[in-house]
Amino acid sequence: MNKQQKRFYISKRTDLPWYAAWGIRGAAILLALIVCAVVTMLMTGENPISIYATIFYGAFGTARRTWITAQELAILLGISLAVTPAFKMRFWNIGAEGQVLIGGLATTACMICLADKLSNGMVILCMIVASILAGALWGFLPAFFKAKWNTNETLFTLMMNYIATQLAAYYIIVWEVPKGAGKIGIINQSTEIGWLPEIVNQYLLSIVVVAVLTGAMYIYLSKSKHGYEIAVVGESQRTASYAGIKVERVIIRTMVISGAVCGLMGLLLVGGINHTLTTTVVDGRGFTAVMVSWLAKFNPIAMIFTSLLLVFLSRGASEISSDFGLNHSFSDILTGIILFFIIGCEFFITYKINLRKSAEKEA
Amino acid sequence: MKKLFALVLSLAMIFALVACGTNNSGGSTNNGAANDGGEGGETSAFADLKVGFIFLHDENSTYDLNFINAAKAACENLGVTDYVLKTNVPEGQECYDAAAELADDGCDIIFADSFGHEDFMIQAAKDFPDVQFCHSTGTKAHTEGLDNYHNAFASIYEGRYLAGIVAGMKLNAMIDAGEITADQAKIGYVGAFTYAEVVSGYTSFFLGARSVCPSATMEVTFTGSWYDETAEKEGAQKLIDNGCVLISQHADSMGAPTACETAGVPNVSYNGSTISACPNTYLISSRIDWTPYYEYAITAVAEGTAIDADWTGTLATGSVVLTDLNTDVAAEGTQEAIDTAIAALEDGSLHVFDTSTFTVNGETLTSYMADVDTDPDYTPDTEAIADGYFHESEYRSAPYFDLRIDGITLLDEAY
Repeated sequence: MNKQQKRFYISKRTDLPWYAAWGIRGAAILLALIVCAVVTMLMTGENPISIYATIFYGAFGTARRTWITAQELAILLGISLAVTPAFKMRFWNIGAEGQVLIGGLATTACMICLADKLSNGMVILCMIVASILAGALWGFLPAFFKAKWNTNETLFTLMMNYIATQLAAYYIIVWEVPKGAGKIGIINQSTEIGWLPEIVNQYLLSIVVVAVLTGAMYIYLSKSKHGYEIAVVGESQRTASYAGIKVERVIIRTMVISGAVCGLMGLLLVGGINHTLTTTVVDGRGFTAVMVSWLAKFNPIAMIFTSLLLVFLSRGASEISSDFGLNHSFSDILTGIILFFIIGCEFFITYKINLRKSAEKEA
Repeated sequence: MKKLFALVLSLAMIFALVACGTNNSGGSTNNGAANDGGEGGETSAFADLKVGFIFLHDENSTYDLNFINAAKAACENLGVTDYVLKTNVPEGQECYDAAAELADDGCDIIFADSFGHEDFMIQAAKDFPDVQFCHSTGTKAHTEGLDNYHNAFASIYEGRYLAGIVAGMKLNAMIDAGEITADQAKIGYVGAFTYAEVVSGYTSFFLGARSVCPSATMEVTFTGSWYDETAEKEGAQKLIDNGCVLISQHADSMGAPTACETAGVPNVSYNGSTISACPNTYLISSRIDWTPYYEYAITAVAEGTAIDADWTGTLATGSVVLTDLNTDVAAEGTQEAIDTAIAALEDGSLHVFDTSTFTVNGETLTSYMADVDTDPDYTPDTEAIADGYFHESEYRSAPYFDLRIDGITLLDEAY
């Protein structure tokens, strides 16, 4: 067997037209849906068509569902945008979870401690500044250590997540209502001090903010000098320093921006949406964002679609679990299958599988 | 390539076939109703009702399972066929969204099961005045002044007290058998937070035990989480190492019961029997059965009557129940002692927090201002002691007994 030539060999694709790439992706999604349907049938005996209809209903079935889906999309997209500049620079920031949470904690602190001292407008201004600074600090620390002493940024940012979680847990106990409950509850529920203003309805604000952010990040990464520097540092730090780019400065600057945007997302989550803080308020989106960013090849516009896909699946999945009385894990299984195909298809876009002539004859 | 194509094609055909096949017979499954609703009862007012339930986790959590079972039982008993169970709803804006979606879908009454859901349920109650919102374990309904927002709890301290009697009798049996001396009758208790519900729970449990075993003392440790199997196991182990000869807990995992089974220390459980996992150490368990409340509130909506702002279930309503006394482990005569105590509690001759049975800093209390109306400064606002006992769950349904009585040592108070 070993001596025989293998029937298949793999070669890198050089010039795959864009429509072929999207064709492969489309086929992957279709295949994923078919596999999901078969799995659903075999495991539950439910009709796959009605499962799909329910997924769709869960995400877009009513006006409110559509708004919530759009809001969830905005938050996930915002965090994905935040991690992207760092990834483009090959700085493996997996600390978005903590950066968002610390931004949320700073927001909470302003809402609780300044509510009876300053006017509503001033409180909100403090919240914005504090959340951005807190996020930026959480981004700065690992970048500074990376730039100065070449510490491992993956471990560093990961550990910063735990620090943020523990800090949040500590302050939740400090601010808990009632005593011993371990919960803050809605902050300033009667006065609404520090609640970010609603535009049109309670969902639109974060969507608008993230829409602006998406455009800004697209321009920043592809049109600005900073964006170019990030790309060069990502390709090769040596080339970058040879070309006169101050690598340390770029690393720190980029991570501060990354953290600051995360902090802003914390502001939206706490000040605009939840009006409370829990240690799970970010809900793993700091890690999901990594996938969103990678799947979209760090392109902010493409990220709209990858985050939409993930949000759509998770919203639909929770609808399935309540409508069909299935466990929540079942929806995780479906999401897993779909992601497997989507991530897997990138292989076929990057590489080509060739069949040897002899093998073809046999077949 | 041809093979791959053939495979895709055949898969697609199977898919199409199956889809068509089930589509004809399946009917409409997309109306949001749970499929396992009871049959019959079509003619009653309940058939037109739609009921929504929001749960923090799914049936893998003992806490939520207790609510889920009650929800299904209540709907089945009343003949409600159209109900929706929403599981894994976090204690954030997601709870408001879930409640609002249920209201959009036409629910007439919506229940939530976790303490942290409260503020979001209140928010939803304000936005949907025509829908009734019922929140278990919450504290704010009596001060919020909303017609359509209600709290419920049960006098679970009575259940704990009865479980405490079982524990005390076991301690007596151990003393009589010479396994321990009377001075060594130390109970261990693993709590979640220093929250009034937990304080009320361990104190009533302790008073029950001391009512039959006067030399009993207790140590309490807190985990800072309602569900943390490792921390609960370690907490129980720490208490056992400290010399505690009987353990009980107020947290939702199997951590403490399994630690007890391993160490061979008797355990009084909560939220349901753990006898299958711990046959040699499990004594008894107290729990709240939410079925009576769900039936009460749903019936009120069906008949168009008002729901109490605060509803407290009792032994009499069937809300406070003891499950599965393990006669292999419990002392002789335990069942009789429980029955006697239940009768005394029901006829009012026995009060769990009788001020003559406990002291605080060596003194018997005649007055205590409790924090009944929730506020960020924990302001004491209501006189809770009258007629010689602490009136628990009377001024609001959720417990507010938070006294640190003598005989109980708190090992840590970080949470």
